[in-house]
Amino acid sequence: MLTEFDKSLLNIIQSDLALSKQPFALIAERLGTDEATVIDRIRRLKDQGYIRRIGAFFDSARLGYTGTLLALEVEAEQIEKVVELINSYPGVTHNYEREGRFNLWITLLTSNVEEEKRIVSVIESLPGVNRLLNLPATEKFKVNVQFNLE
Amino acid sequence: MLDELDKKIIAAMQKELALVSQPYREIADAVGISQDELLSRLEKYWHSGQIRRMGAVLRHRKVGYTANALCVWQVPEIQIRRVAAQVISYPLVSHCYARVAHTEWPYNFYTMIHGHTRDECRALADKIALETGLEDYVMLYSTREWKKTSMRYFGG
Repeated sequence: MLTEFDKSLLNIIQSDLALSKQPFALIAERLGTDEATVIDRIRRLKDQGYIRRIGAFFDSARLGYTGTLLALEVEAEQIEKVVELINSYPGVTHNYEREGRFNLWITLLTSNVEEEKRIVSVIESLPGVNRLLNLPATEKFKVNVQFNLE
Repeated sequence: MLDELDKKIIAAMQKELALVSQPYREIADAVGISQDELLSRLEKYWHSGQIRRMGAVLRHRKVGYTANALCVWQVPEIQIRRVAAQVISYPLVSHCYARVAHTEWPYNFYTMIHGHTRDECRALADKIALETGLEDYVMLYSTREWKKTSMRYFGG
C-alpha cells in the first residue's frame, strides 16, 4: 500500500526532477525530509513496481524521428506470432491489443520515412495480418501521462 | 541541429537515472564531460522542447488506473483545434492527436483516456461528447499490453 508520503513523492517525481546537481535533495526539501529518505523511498517504489522508468523523456519529433500509429486487423489465432515479430523492432514502443475489428495498435518510431515504409510493408505481409492502416499524426496536441495520486 | 556530443548525451540519457545523490555525474562520467557541461546541455534540450519531461513514469495499472481506452472521434476539420483545447485540459486524457482518416476508418481525432474502471473512462468520454457536441466516436479498450517501452534514441 502507498503511504501519503509515497503519493506526494510520486506526484512530484512524475514531472519535477530538476536538472541540478542534487535533484533528490530539492524534492526532499519540498517534502520536509532529507535526501537519503527520498532516494530510499524511490528505490523501494521502483522495486515494488510502481515506477516504470525515471529519467529524461524526449520528444521524438524534435530529435528528428518519424512516428506513426498502426492499426492492424489480425487473426486471433496468429496474434502471438505477429506480436513477437513486431515487438522485435526497437522502434515499436507500444503494442496494445484492443477490442474491435482492428485488434492490434502499435506505435512505431523510425529515423526516417523510408525505414518506416520498409517496416510497415514487412508487418503488412505477415501471415495473419488481414489489414493494416497507417495513421500518422497531422497534429499533436498533448502527450503527458501523469497520474495524480490522492 | 544536434552535434555528435548531443547524440552521445541523448543516447546516454536513455539509461535509468541512478538513485544516488548526484545522478547526473554518473552520466557525465560515462560521456566523458563535466557535470556542469552535461547540465547545461540538458537545460538546452529542455528549453528547446527536445526533452519533454524529466521525471518518473509510473506503471499505471499498478497505481490503480487499470482501464484505458483509445477513444477515436470524427471531428470536422474546422473544429479540431477548438475541440483539442477543450479535451487536453483533462488530466486523464494523456495523449491527444489529430491523425489521417481512411475511408474504412473515418476517425481523425484520437484521445487516450485512463481510468480506474471502464465506467470512469466512459463517463469522461460522455462528458467530452456533451461538451464538444461530437457524436461519432468509438472507445477501444485495451485487453492486453504486449509492449510498452521508451524509445532508445541514437543507439542509446
